[in-house]
Amino acid sequence: MTRNKRIFGVRANYLKIWGPIVAASLLALAAWLYLRHHSVDVLNPSGEIASKQYRLIVFATLLSLVVIVPVFIMTFVIVRNYRVHGDGKTRKNRHYDPDWDHNRKLEAVWWGMPTILIIILSAVIIQSSYALDPFKPLASNGKEPLKVQVVALQWKWLFIYPEQNIATVNYLQIPTDTAINFDITADAPMNSFWIPKLGGQIYAMSGMATQLHLQADKPGDFYGSSANLSGNGFAGMRFLTRAVPQDDFDNWVQNVQHDRSSLNQTAYEKLAKPSKNVEPQFYTVPDKSLFSTIIMKYMPPGQEGTMHTSHGEIEGSL
Amino acid sequence: MLGRLNLEAFQHDMLQTGGVVTLLVIGLGAVGALTYFKKWRWLWTNWLTTLDPKKIGVMYLLVATGMLLRGVMDAAMLRGQQALSSGANQGFLDSSHFQQIFSAHGTIMIFFVAMGFMFGLINLILPLQIGARDVAFPFLNSVGFWLFTAGMLLINASLIVGEFAAAGWLSYPPLSGLEYSPGVGVDYWIWSLQIAGVGSLLAGINFIVTILKMRAPGMTLMKMPIFAWSVLDAMILVAFAFPILTVTLTLLALDRLIGTHFFTSSFGGNPMMYINLIWAWGHPEVYILILPAFGVFSEVVATMSKKRLFGYKSMVYALGAITLLSFLVWLHHFLTMGAGANVNAFFGIMTAIIAVPTGVKVFNWLLTMYRGRIHLHSPMLWFLGFVVTFTIGGAAGVLMSVPAIDFQVHNSLFLVAHFHTMIIGGVLFGYFAGFTYWFPKIFGFKLHEGLGKCAFWLWFSGFILAFVPLYILGLMGATRRLDHYDASMGWQGLFIVAGIGVVLILAGIGFQVLQLIVSIGMRKWNRDISGDPWDGRTLEWSVPSPAPVYNFAIQPTVDDRDPFWATKQAANKPTKPKYTDIEVPRNTGLGIIIGGFAFLVGFGFIWHIWWLAILGILGVITTVIIRTTDEHPEYTITAKEVARIEAEAKSRYA
Repeated sequence: MTRNKRIFGVRANYLKIWGPIVAASLLALAAWLYLRHHSVDVLNPSGEIASKQYRLIVFATLLSLVVIVPVFIMTFVIVRNYRVHGDGKTRKNRHYDPDWDHNRKLEAVWWGMPTILIIILSAVIIQSSYALDPFKPLASNGKEPLKVQVVALQWKWLFIYPEQNIATVNYLQIPTDTAINFDITADAPMNSFWIPKLGGQIYAMSGMATQLHLQADKPGDFYGSSANLSGNGFAGMRFLTRAVPQDDFDNWVQNVQHDRSSLNQTAYEKLAKPSKNVEPQFYTVPDKSLFSTIIMKYMPPGQEGTMHTSHGEIEGSL
Repeated sequence: MLGRLNLEAFQHDMLQTGGVVTLLVIGLGAVGALTYFKKWRWLWTNWLTTLDPKKIGVMYLLVATGMLLRGVMDAAMLRGQQALSSGANQGFLDSSHFQQIFSAHGTIMIFFVAMGFMFGLINLILPLQIGARDVAFPFLNSVGFWLFTAGMLLINASLIVGEFAAAGWLSYPPLSGLEYSPGVGVDYWIWSLQIAGVGSLLAGINFIVTILKMRAPGMTLMKMPIFAWSVLDAMILVAFAFPILTVTLTLLALDRLIGTHFFTSSFGGNPMMYINLIWAWGHPEVYILILPAFGVFSEVVATMSKKRLFGYKSMVYALGAITLLSFLVWLHHFLTMGAGANVNAFFGIMTAIIAVPTGVKVFNWLLTMYRGRIHLHSPMLWFLGFVVTFTIGGAAGVLMSVPAIDFQVHNSLFLVAHFHTMIIGGVLFGYFAGFTYWFPKIFGFKLHEGLGKCAFWLWFSGFILAFVPLYILGLMGATRRLDHYDASMGWQGLFIVAGIGVVLILAGIGFQVLQLIVSIGMRKWNRDISGDPWDGRTLEWSVPSPAPVYNFAIQPTVDDRDPFWATKQAANKPTKPKYTDIEVPRNTGLGIIIGGFAFLVGFGFIWHIWWLAILGILGVITTVIIRTTDEHPEYTITAKEVARIEAEAKSRYA
């Protein structure tokens, strides 16, 4: 290999180093331009939980850079310095020490340094696991939380507002600055309920209720979907979440309460039949116990009445 | 008589027919060629009935390569569909077909590509590296391979007869239960994995015993090459994890066959139990795949840097730590199930801790190069590519170990990008490095370097283009396994970039195939006459290439971690060798026959053809009994014959 080969008049060695750097920069630029015009939901949160999760992502990323950056620099420098070129020599004839195979101090550094980082991270894991436990109710700020019961069906989402006696399909409207208490189940294979702009997901499983507590800090339309494969029409299990000020929300509720078809047992059974890419629908709900009826369907004989979550039984009824 | 099997099972749409035709053309082409060139007897005596681990290893590699081609075609279809099916455009695949393809892609890539490459390399190199003439249980080894192959054939049969599972590569119930998946797809998944899984368990036990009992005199555990250590740890994981898979699949099969309620959503069944069990196997499984790849890199870096591996003891402890920890993290695959903060925090921390031993390994590899003489041959390029991708993927993994973060990226394309970074950048790059590195030892000639380097650069840049967009898409809220999405999401551009990445990867694979063809064509010029083309350090390089059937004419003794390097440094005058008779196992067709019966068992259960399943089970039992009555499973190569073979190899050196 000749070390001074020229490509388009540029020394090949420069190309080797600068080529990848230029390519990477161009890619980064393209990515930046692209993302300026597209919403990266997880990194642009609109809710309290999602904001805290976003801050955790930033923290953990910075923490891992403490390892990534040295690794990349070391790799580059070591390969550059100790690589044997065509003439059988390394750059500047570096020292060759073929039997040097351990060094207590150095090894202690890289057992120790990641250990310290992981201890820091572990503290964060413990703290955030409790603080952001999906089952933990949010501080209400004096405002009564809104209850929404979520049922994953084949292949659409049913949202029941038990206190408003209404229900919607593939459309969720919530008031801003109000804690939303979701109780989630499935009358279908396992799904995962996820609104990235508001916060992380939780599984929806039949025969039990999981809980999620979210809150929208500003008005807006957010994308929601099922994150877990649930069969043929799974890709169509997406819904619009619209956060509006309390007044608008109340108006909307009143609007739905009027002149809508009733989601009684027969209507529910019809709705629960498999269907794909379902447009939003609106119902009034005559029966407050619809949600628990759906869960009890899956209880083994003799155990009806015990409400399960994925981490044990819970007291009372939902 | 034929259970559920009827003519409908053979009806396919256009695309599937394309797949069927391809498979038939390949199959019939092979049969035709063998008949035309009168090679059936050669195939039977030299390959199908062999108990030589080196030949079994080659067959593993062949199966894995074939399956890699299939798996990557699946990937290309998935990427093509997602690049197109935005808004009004529905793409070219309907949802059920799309879901079958991603289920097959995952299953094939893990079970038949990664596992195949791994067992291939282990069979080829491990006995040589520890100075053994054979494995501990040569017949068990053959049975393991043929069960693996039977599983592979079953999964491909689903393309021709019936359908494949559409419930994802781990087939979570209740979706995979009878209620939601009444067809034969999930049964194909269960039985092909069940059969291949038993094969893997047998192979695992075989290699544990081989390593523990058959090392060359003087090779204490702490003088064992690091690849052998990584294999030992991986095989211990196999022995502990695969029985869990076997039981889990059996329970799911019982749910589907006789109506039990282990994992159904009603009547007291518990699908969450399945998800726990499958990951109690599944997480160790990914370490089973990656540990030997770590071992390969350790060998490659030391050899190509002409320096002893840095921090050998650290490496051994790090491998051990990863082995232990891999059984304590399974729940991080479903932190979103709502198990509560205590449980999630525990598994999150355990997961994060794995970063420590893994990081240690990376630093040790870097320090192995430091003050060395680095030769950037293509195995080394795969290693450097691995350092870059693995570090990024590892950081993404650390991110996801925080449960609260995991809630926001789980099941999204961010997760998909993460595990592809680990499995392509870690596992696959590792086995490509190992394949290139050990190829001359196996076949007696070197692979073409230039084409290998082209393949690497295409793979590497294709990989970046294919998966960086997926990280971003995940953060944009794109979940995995979508066959269609709204145009308003603005995802299409990134999906198209990812598709371009896959085209580059396909080109990379094209170059690898070309490299193989060109190298075979040029083998007279590429011949490895030294037996030691890379200036190697361990015992496998001390024997001629390709290695003779008995591996070592003279049993080597070891008193250094890099025994062959030490011998070369000492440069003693070779003494005249004294050969002795060597016993090697006789060929037997019983392994392939057991594989054949196992295939019938699986096919019978899938299609409810009970007599066929029973016939298969009786066949397996009978064949095993026949084998136990064999009093003379070995034959002797006389000292004279050994001398002749060795002299012939020597004459090639000159």
